[in-house]
Amino acid sequence: MFPMHARRWLVALLLGLSFGAVHALTPPQALALAKGENEERIAALQASLARGDDGLAAFVQAMLDDAVKLAGDKVFIVRGDKASDAATGADARLPDGAEDLVNSNQMRRELEGALAALKLFSHDLGERRAAIKALKEEADEGRLPLIEKALAAEQDAALKEQLTQVRAAILVSSTDAGKRMEAARALAGSLTPATKTLILERLKPAADGGETEVDIRSQLGIALGAIDARLAWGERLGVLFTGVSLGSILLLVALGLAITYGLMGVINMAHGELMMIGAYATYVVQNLFKSHLPGLFDAYVIVAIPASFLAAALVGAALERSVIRWLYGRPLETLLATWGISLVLMQGVRSLFGAQNVQVENPSWLSGGVEVLSNLTLPFNRIAILAFAVLVLAGVALLIAHTRLGLFVRGVTQNRRMAACMGVNTARIDTCAFALGSGIAGLAGCALSQIGNVGPDLGQGYIVDSFMVVVLGGVGQLAGTVYAALGLGVLNKLLEGWQGAVLAKIMVLVFIVIFIQKRPQGIFAMKGRSAEA
Amino acid sequence: MKSSRRNFAASLSAVSLGVAALGLPLFAQAADTIKVGILHSLSGTMAISETVLKDTALMTIAEINAKGGVLGKQLEPVVVDPASNWPLFAEKAKQLISQDKVAVMFGCWTSVSRKSVLPVVEELNGLLFYPVQYEGEELSKNVFYTGAAPNQQAIPAVEYLMSKAGGGAKRFVLLGTDYVYPRTTNKILRAFLKSKGVKDSDIDEKYTPFGHSDYQTIVADVKKFSAGGKTAVISTINGDSNVPFYKELGNQGLKATDVPVVAFSVGEEELRGVDTKPLVGHLAAWNYFMSIKNPTNDAFKKQWAEYAKAKNLPGADKPLTNDPMEATYIGIHMWAQAVKKAGSTDTDKVIAAMAGQTFPAPGGFVSTMDAKNHHLHKPVFIGEVKADGQFNVVWKTPAPVKAKPWSPYIEGNDKKKDEPEKKS
Repeated sequence: MFPMHARRWLVALLLGLSFGAVHALTPPQALALAKGENEERIAALQASLARGDDGLAAFVQAMLDDAVKLAGDKVFIVRGDKASDAATGADARLPDGAEDLVNSNQMRRELEGALAALKLFSHDLGERRAAIKALKEEADEGRLPLIEKALAAEQDAALKEQLTQVRAAILVSSTDAGKRMEAARALAGSLTPATKTLILERLKPAADGGETEVDIRSQLGIALGAIDARLAWGERLGVLFTGVSLGSILLLVALGLAITYGLMGVINMAHGELMMIGAYATYVVQNLFKSHLPGLFDAYVIVAIPASFLAAALVGAALERSVIRWLYGRPLETLLATWGISLVLMQGVRSLFGAQNVQVENPSWLSGGVEVLSNLTLPFNRIAILAFAVLVLAGVALLIAHTRLGLFVRGVTQNRRMAACMGVNTARIDTCAFALGSGIAGLAGCALSQIGNVGPDLGQGYIVDSFMVVVLGGVGQLAGTVYAALGLGVLNKLLEGWQGAVLAKIMVLVFIVIFIQKRPQGIFAMKGRSAEA
Repeated sequence: MKSSRRNFAASLSAVSLGVAALGLPLFAQAADTIKVGILHSLSGTMAISETVLKDTALMTIAEINAKGGVLGKQLEPVVVDPASNWPLFAEKAKQLISQDKVAVMFGCWTSVSRKSVLPVVEELNGLLFYPVQYEGEELSKNVFYTGAAPNQQAIPAVEYLMSKAGGGAKRFVLLGTDYVYPRTTNKILRAFLKSKGVKDSDIDEKYTPFGHSDYQTIVADVKKFSAGGKTAVISTINGDSNVPFYKELGNQGLKATDVPVVAFSVGEEELRGVDTKPLVGHLAAWNYFMSIKNPTNDAFKKQWAEYAKAKNLPGADKPLTNDPMEATYIGIHMWAQAVKKAGSTDTDKVIAAMAGQTFPAPGGFVSTMDAKNHHLHKPVFIGEVKADGQFNVVWKTPAPVKAKPWSPYIEGNDKKKDEPEKKS
């Protein structure tokens, strides 16, 4: 979005274009663009656009990219290790003590506006598309001649359509009632929130400068309805996505517990701390990459996944061997012992890494998002976690259902004595199963490190959630865990959208309490002989 | 009868305990130090912000000690960890005053922790220096507020957002953590916005619990709200929730040129480790920024960098200074000056000597303690986040502003006196 004075430059640009003269940007002119008060720089930018200076687009782009440095009265563009003179483009040596040029929001808006105007006639389709998108953000009367001109020159059908909408957004405030009517019809085809803002502005009471003609008002109302309907889809999909995303996190968090608590019956209060260990393993791997392989930093997550699994699985196996194996069948003692262990683990991490949170940076491919609809952007890290949760779930399901280890685990948990009679080393299977559940908790920790804070009490925030999911889904059921996680995620997000985060949390807890009272066995109850075991 | 006798016995034993507690340190310390309490969370959700304040306090105390201490005595810091646990703040404060016999305490960050300590310092006639911006609506004889009151931070920031340079915002999302500081600040801001002609339908107030980590819905709602006109977000989110909030903002592609977010609790330290590239242009309002250029600040930054390196503090490879650190630094120096002036560490004498104290602050102005209202006169700066996690100052007041702890935008405050109630 950029403000009104963009209009001045578009007029200026047209003037420059019509003169057809090409000037190169001179060093003093480049300096005027880069140094001084905002108002002066804006005036210089306007003047430069009017002259149609060669190299202006590259310079403006560099300023927007924060690639411009100032040293005394000299302006440099620095890309990578190379510095060049901002005006001439010749290679230059960057003097010591050169300072970064910083642009405020106001200046950035101006620069973006200028760049869009410059790029409207670019030969590159992608650049034109980006320019039109930027222009669409805000309607401005002064741009009309420019857009008419671009519309006449544009060959691409899709871009022509977009430009028509940009033109309509301007014409809707025209003095000619006929043009306003035409524009109001065309606007129904535009789907962006910016158009909605514009129509709301026009639909203000006539006394406040809104539309005066009743016909046009009703046409605008229809257009608004059409846009709202489209935007509503974006919103609904958004709620669904956020719900599923929260669900995928709950699933990852609860999946390990579904094995240790659900299958093995160990009330593991240290489950959250196993996640925390996974997250810290990710942190350590990240630091190793930063110090030893900075070039491959973006790939650290690939190594962090097995590392977090192994770290948590090893701690889990050690716990099982040393403490938990002595307590099978004694849930109260297990609960107390594992709670104690969770405190020990937290304090241990505090002593090792400090009480403060540590920073886990997202690799660049997990930053940002993909714009699906004009009002819906899906962040890459959430999509990645969703996919990761599906993969882990598939892996666990395969392991339990189709491998020898899985068979033994099911056998031991269903009938321990019978399995032992058949020659299964039940103690070893217990250790393996517990290590597996712990390792999956570690994987959850690795995923959590990409969206939130990593600190010694990371696990505390999730332990209640994970027990909730497993109990709600039905103890001993992987499928139940999946349904419960997704259900709780979507329910939580629906309530949050309706009542805010604080009340949503309370309502979800109340819902679970009531649900468990009515149906203590959870969504899916175990059936058959194993239920009695 | 029985119960009163038991009470008597209890109080007798309490007295004897107190005497024992009094006597022991006297022998151990030989009375040649002045004890100074430091009451900041070193663990839990607030540790991200408060740990450096503990270190800043230790640095300042070391500096004063190196120059010969106060009244010929060395200062002896007593550090406790209230662990982001509000009732624990009161307990630790009580322990510092009655057991450790500290002359003064420097501490607290969240208003809820200060409110929890308040009855303790008032009852035991202790002294607390509070270094963080807060919501006002409080004036205690036993507290000195070296952070900003709303008129020294929140109101100028909102005025800036409404100005042309700030983007001319017409609609506002007031987003905060659910406790006393955001609630009160937003109450003041709502009244202020109304006085500027902003309608209730153009204000959206939202709260999240402490430690909230899933900001998907909130960011989506902000996006939706912003379709109704030029929108700005005023964030009073506190603690480590800011990291997921800003991550989500960046990932959902909400840029500062579209919807600027101005934060009152986010400074250089909170942005450490956040990928700041998507956040460029978002704003913060403070009374100090690390990027301010002047000799006092250069010296302050150098002193901190050297201290952090010498003590091998976490993050010493990239030493950062911020507003509450500056406020802590000013507070301790002013207290030391007041003790020198009073010639004693007696609470009432120090309080009297505090009035009108001045100190050349790293923010580039001379900070003055108001003669009456226990608040500092401070300059206001508004900065935009740069790609390197520092702030670019885009607006500042020409001179320090006097604090108004009783905001004129809250009804009934016009009758309140601008000084603490005198207690006998």
